[in-house]
Amino acid sequence: MLTKRIIACFDVIAGRVTKAQQFQDNIDVAAADALATRLYDDQIDEIVFYDITASSEQRKIDLDTVRAVARHVFVPFTVGGGIRSIEDMFEVLKAGAEKISVDSMAVRDPDIIRQGAEAFGRQCIVLSTQVKAVGIRQGIPSGYEVFVDGARTATGMDALEWVQRGAALGAGEICVNSIDRDGTASGYDLDITRAVADAVNVPVIASGGAGTVEHIADGLTAGGASAAIISSILYSPRFERNLGVREIKDGLAELGVPTRPYLDT
Amino acid sequence: MIAVVDYRAGNAPSVIFALERLGIPCRLASRPDQLEHAERIILPGVGAARATIDSLRDSGLVEPLSERVLGAGVPFLGICIGLQVLFDHSEEGDVEGLGWIPGQVRRFADTLRVPQIGWNAVQPTQPHPLWGDVAQPAYCYFVNSYYAVPADSSDVLATTEYGIEFCSMAVRANIAATQFHAEKSGQLGLALLANFAVWDGRTGATSPSC
Repeated sequence: MLTKRIIACFDVIAGRVTKAQQFQDNIDVAAADALATRLYDDQIDEIVFYDITASSEQRKIDLDTVRAVARHVFVPFTVGGGIRSIEDMFEVLKAGAEKISVDSMAVRDPDIIRQGAEAFGRQCIVLSTQVKAVGIRQGIPSGYEVFVDGARTATGMDALEWVQRGAALGAGEICVNSIDRDGTASGYDLDITRAVADAVNVPVIASGGAGTVEHIADGLTAGGASAAIISSILYSPRFERNLGVREIKDGLAELGVPTRPYLDT
Repeated sequence: MIAVVDYRAGNAPSVIFALERLGIPCRLASRPDQLEHAERIILPGVGAARATIDSLRDSGLVEPLSERVLGAGVPFLGICIGLQVLFDHSEEGDVEGLGWIPGQVRRFADTLRVPQIGWNAVQPTQPHPLWGDVAQPAYCYFVNSYYAVPADSSDVLATTEYGIEFCSMAVRANIAATQFHAEKSGQLGLALLANFAVWDGRTGATSPSC
């Protein structure tokens, strides 16, 4: 049986993992390759790495850090931030990533999803989208609007319409990031996560707001997600106590959510 | 020395990183002459069957691969698309494969979320040196929209459930292949790669754990 995935997410600035709240006030946590190694050793299922300033600084992604992480991590590794072209994607894959996450760039140039899927297969392209509950109104029938550039810029695009278009263009996974819940430890936005999971036929990743094992379980059951992104719960200094992967997986098993079994070593 | 076939649509670096971690001598092979002295060959893969086959043909690698693997009997491991291209034909892009293992490659039913992405149980169907002491069932990382259907059930080395029971590992003489990404399946995947690195290419299994 296919199990649910627990994905550790890194917001990286200059090779360092940082932690934000609602896409702001990033505080320093650790070197990306050191934290990736620690979490790999702790049997995390997957790692996603966002070079969060590449896009706004109009520069290419930090390939040295991608390479350093890829050398230590033998579970799937997704990279996003500052991807503008097929050549950028190719470089990131050659640096050792499995998947490319596109977000703001895909909103500006949706065809990059199609081109990426054609060149590298749809399983390689994750459409990540920053969504905010704005209420149902003209042009936003789902009540959730797509934002870009670190949640700073509204697009006027409806979240559900966008993810359906992205999946049709070739995205192999959809990651739903709730701007309202990011870094709040108040749980995923289950409404939009479930709506997206019902609207597309590709795996959906819940993101933004996981503070407890129960939140993760909710995202993977009520939210309909195939995978859950976590960060604070694993390593945020703002948390009184961080949890290890085993503790999270044991907790999920108790709640009836199957994950890859933790191996005794 | 293991040659890891490097072509544009592949993810050879991930496989190289995994072999390096295991301390196994390896190098990328993007030209025919780089396959000549290889003791073992890995064909990694991500992406689409047609892009993979086209890329192998454009690089002039199909003939030297056949010569080494079918002719000289060099132990071979295909990974993901590197498994699918071994068969006669794939529904993905209606493309002819290498035909090293008789069978077809079909798409998962639309009633499932496709691609299958994640960790799934790999259940051995026959003993084989590749298993060594790998825990069974082994949870491994899959990313696939298509799956192989070997014509001869004795070519199936393991199965996995996703809507249906499909062939997640295939083997035929010195040719082995995993539908999952062994290089991205954590400690178990690395253990399988380590077992491949000492496999002599014979199927006569001695693994007591099966």
